[in-house]
Amino acid sequence: MSAELHYKPIAELAALLDAKKISSVELTQAVVARTKALDGRVKAFNSYDEADALAQAAASDARRASGQARGALEGIPVGFKDVIAVTGQPLTASSRMLANFVSPYDATVTTRLKNAGAVCWGRLNLDEFAMGSSTENSAFHTTRNPWDLTCVPGGSSGGSAAALAAGEAIATLGSDTGGSIRQPAALCGVVGLKPTYGLVSRYGLIAFASSLDQIGPFTRTIEDAAIMLGAIAGHDGRDSTSFRADIPDYRTELTKRKGPWRLGIPKEYFGAGLDPEVAAAVEQAIAFYRAQGCEIKEVSLPQTEHGVGVYYIIATAECSSNLSRYDGIRYGHRAKEAKDLLDLYFQSRAEGFGAEVKRRIILGTYVLSSGYYDAYYLRAQKVRTLIRQDFLNAYREVDALLTPTAPTPAFKIGAKADPLAMYLCDIYTIGVNLAGLPGLSLPCGFSRSGLPIGLQIIGQPFKEAELLAIARTYEQAHDWKNRHPSL
Amino acid sequence: MNYEAVIGLEVHVQVKTRSKIFTRAAAGYGYEPNTLTDPVVLALPGTLPVMNKAALDATIKAGLLLSCDIAPVCKWDRKNYFYPDSPKNYQISQYDKPICLGGSVEIELPGAARNVMGEHKKIPLTRIHLEEDVGKLNHGAKDSLIDYNRAGTPLMEIVSEPAMHTADEAFAYLTSLRTTMIYGGISDCDMEKGQLRCDANISIRPVGETKLGVKVELKNLNSISYVRDGIAHEIRRQVAVLAAGGTLVQETRDYDGQTGASQSLRSKEMAHDYRYFPDPDLMPVKVDEAWKARILAECPERPFDKQRRFYADYQLPYTLTSVLVPDRSLSDFFEETAKLAGVGQAQVAGNWIVNDLLRELGARQLALADSKVRPSHIAALVRLIDAGTLLNNAAKEVFVEMFGSGEMPDVIADRRGLKAVPTDVGELEQWCRDAIAANAKALGELKAGKDSAINAFKGPVMKAAKGKASPKLVDETLRRLLAAM
Repeated sequence: MSAELHYKPIAELAALLDAKKISSVELTQAVVARTKALDGRVKAFNSYDEADALAQAAASDARRASGQARGALEGIPVGFKDVIAVTGQPLTASSRMLANFVSPYDATVTTRLKNAGAVCWGRLNLDEFAMGSSTENSAFHTTRNPWDLTCVPGGSSGGSAAALAAGEAIATLGSDTGGSIRQPAALCGVVGLKPTYGLVSRYGLIAFASSLDQIGPFTRTIEDAAIMLGAIAGHDGRDSTSFRADIPDYRTELTKRKGPWRLGIPKEYFGAGLDPEVAAAVEQAIAFYRAQGCEIKEVSLPQTEHGVGVYYIIATAECSSNLSRYDGIRYGHRAKEAKDLLDLYFQSRAEGFGAEVKRRIILGTYVLSSGYYDAYYLRAQKVRTLIRQDFLNAYREVDALLTPTAPTPAFKIGAKADPLAMYLCDIYTIGVNLAGLPGLSLPCGFSRSGLPIGLQIIGQPFKEAELLAIARTYEQAHDWKNRHPSL
Repeated sequence: MNYEAVIGLEVHVQVKTRSKIFTRAAAGYGYEPNTLTDPVVLALPGTLPVMNKAALDATIKAGLLLSCDIAPVCKWDRKNYFYPDSPKNYQISQYDKPICLGGSVEIELPGAARNVMGEHKKIPLTRIHLEEDVGKLNHGAKDSLIDYNRAGTPLMEIVSEPAMHTADEAFAYLTSLRTTMIYGGISDCDMEKGQLRCDANISIRPVGETKLGVKVELKNLNSISYVRDGIAHEIRRQVAVLAAGGTLVQETRDYDGQTGASQSLRSKEMAHDYRYFPDPDLMPVKVDEAWKARILAECPERPFDKQRRFYADYQLPYTLTSVLVPDRSLSDFFEETAKLAGVGQAQVAGNWIVNDLLRELGARQLALADSKVRPSHIAALVRLIDAGTLLNNAAKEVFVEMFGSGEMPDVIADRRGLKAVPTDVGELEQWCRDAIAANAKALGELKAGKDSAINAFKGPVMKAAKGKASPKLVDETLRRLLAAM
């Protein structure tokens, strides 16, 4: 049995831990062993600290032994995208700029997971500063898709998705600015949830685009996503944009909500560029819901075509300012032989940032510049409002939307050298961020070449419980979650 | 040609709050470098700002004291520029929706003489906004060190209209602003600690012209006197340039208060593009009527309103109000004393405070708060004098001892035997009769209508009383007896 521990969902492991059939140390050892065996090939991790993880696991076992277990996450090893702060652990954003940075503080989600008893496991690779859709922009290495090591895992949270798919963690955290949780979840065949903007605190998440970033979980099952979300959601006094929402018990809510639901199919999400195999898998999922008695309704989100453009103005504008703090003065990479202050800035940033990060800083600086602000940033904000309104209009008629998560299954490493081609990977996920909505991706089939395909379900603001229940209905009738890559 | 100067001031005032504006790290001055920091102050990766409401409260208070309109919604913007004293390389500020709009600063210009009140005017304000202060660079020979203790301290920027015309007006403006801030408990405004900083925009134009001339920004005016001197110097410089047939350029100049000279720092071509945009980490703030009402209830009386009231209610002369009013605690001290001293005694009480109490405090470099003499002491002293129980010289002696010991004046007067002693009315009357009888000449003059002749009787009476008779009582007794004659 223990050989399979690394592929069991949280809910099942929690039962085993509660029944004292396994210990957290045993579980963590299994995950560590799996990681040591595979990660040389998968390359999901930037770093991990085996001794620290086992010490946390031992502490968890001690709590359990003394009757102080803290819930379903007690003793469960959770991996962190390397943009989420954990005290004493590296926090690199997969950038040369922060290659040697160790966080002296915990992100709010970290504190909450620690309070829930979780074991803070290793640091997971990403596209540098979360800018990209394949992890190829990582300054350290490209993570491989466990289903086909010659393919990308998606991104930017590619390490978080790949580690989970490879059994190198029981759950992981990622961040999603334009699809960075959902797209790699789709490409790696796991569940990825991007919560409503404001539901999960961003304190301790390295900012890419502040008005779009959200932390969310990668899990094997919808129930696990509910468990993880329950642990990390809720208002935080350290994040002014975090919302004062009542947090339901998402796990309990799953069993209460049974539908049928009114589900919208946005016609703009099924046009040119959609891979036929992906289209077919999503159509089958839609057919499943129809067969369950759900009302399936075509809806229109007419502003969809502007999504990518608006996103690359707003996200780059915010990132150009957010990344200013990486200047080589207080921490991070500092050029060795700068002549003066200006030279120190130029050289440190030229050496510390990769090409995609520089491209976005330059673009963002441009759109905020005097004389261009109104034409770009201000107009983009107005279109963003219209995009949100599109969704809210649709929600007058339907409870949620069904779409493909990504236009294609995982692509080969190096296949998308053109930045614009890469940007189009997020065409179905970006709108959700612009509108601040919750969205998730769950496996809905495989391509003929054996690559996972993801179904995206887009919910209404702060109605994650319903979103998860809709996803769970599909998940319970399908067996995709029990398929694992052969590694 | 005659020129008129046009002056606008941009004043930065640090708001006195316990913690910084966007994090809970303590705010303060004079601590070991980089001890007032936390991950947010240092802009570590992943940190976020959260507004300190106390800083906004104080700024609203400043706005209400200066008759500004308080915006129903204000928002936060990022001002982007790179400099090592700015940890994020952007400053959180307020760009197009500041918390306070309009308003004015009432100023008092110098009078014809020190004891004469000068003209009062209102200098209109453009706006007041709130932002975060930056750290401090200490430049060494080979390297520069940064202290982030100051970074993130709440900082108000108070911008005047270009509505002043002389260095004296600018001086009066800053003095009044400073007094108002201290009155409101908004800031201590200690310029040496950087709690109040001033930049001046100065241009000149021919008298009668309405268009503004070329503007020069004067920086580093780090005392109120330097502001006056620097502006006066800059006006003279600009007039001299034009008089010599030269042209003025828009530039920023650095004024050195020690040498009295200025030099160019940069010209307009090097102006920054700050790429302002709304800070996505902070929500706009709604300031409703209830919030404003709460702050209004905390607002003290404005200094010049108090000056007018002291004149109207207590008939205090300018020589007293000009000393009492600028210091809120001193004026409170006075009012409490006046209340205890009783009707008609306010001015006497004011004189004791301004002349005697401040002199003794000054001589020992003590603050009012350290004074053992409280309003009740001075009120008691004034009542003893009024009752004729203490004579002026004796009262002075009592005051000095009271200042040192904090004892009540009658205790001191009793112990030291300083009280006037016309306790036996019969004895006093006898001394008076003796004095009148002994001086027929004076009695004659008095009867002839020379009222001052009465003083001739007083010396012998006082002598008989060994100097301890109340002059007031002596005067009354003499008059009563003379009237009966």
